[in-house]
Amino acid sequence: MNEASLIGLMLGAAQLLLGAAMALALVRLLRGPRAQDRVLALDTLYVNAMLLVIVFGIVAGTRMFFEAALVVGALGFVSTAAAAKFLLRGEVIE
Amino acid sequence: MSLAAAALVLGGALLAVLGALGLARMPTFFERVHPPTMGTTLGAWLVIAGSILHFGLVEGRPVFHEAAIGLFLLVTTPVTYLLLGRAALARDEATGSAPPPADP
Repeated sequence: MNEASLIGLMLGAAQLLLGAAMALALVRLLRGPRAQDRVLALDTLYVNAMLLVIVFGIVAGTRMFFEAALVVGALGFVSTAAAAKFLLRGEVIE
Repeated sequence: MSLAAAALVLGGALLAVLGALGLARMPTFFERVHPPTMGTTLGAWLVIAGSILHFGLVEGRPVFHEAAIGLFLLVTTPVTYLLLGRAALARDEATGSAPPPADP
């Protein structure tokens, strides 16, 4: 096996593993049991999706994917922080 | 593309999947907060280091754009998990269910 095919195999395995990580986070997102578990699973899903986008960029060999990964990371942070703040205040007000 | 960059990316993906596995398998919320941090800190940094190494070798000059993502994760991950932990504590207190585990 030459070096290029070995590298392709390793990058494909990395993409499969990151997809499996997203699937596991999705399992927790669907099973719950409570809202904070779902928000935590959504945050993990976002980070793993961002890493997958970075690996896509390495495989494609373009730097366009870097901006996409940055946007995914920023959206993940904002949405998780907003959901956590809602859980914190919504429950206290009730 | 060097073998070292691919190994870094594969190691990062391995840590990410281990963290997600812990998230799916741990029994209580306060135990579930810990495993994903493996993927969001060292796992993400390994993938980013692999990307920096790869594009540095391809373009023949050092590129550090991806380090911005690493710095961003370094700042935001503790903030989100702190907020989530506080929200979980407040919800547990409000409903009187499932108190957090005592200090060992």
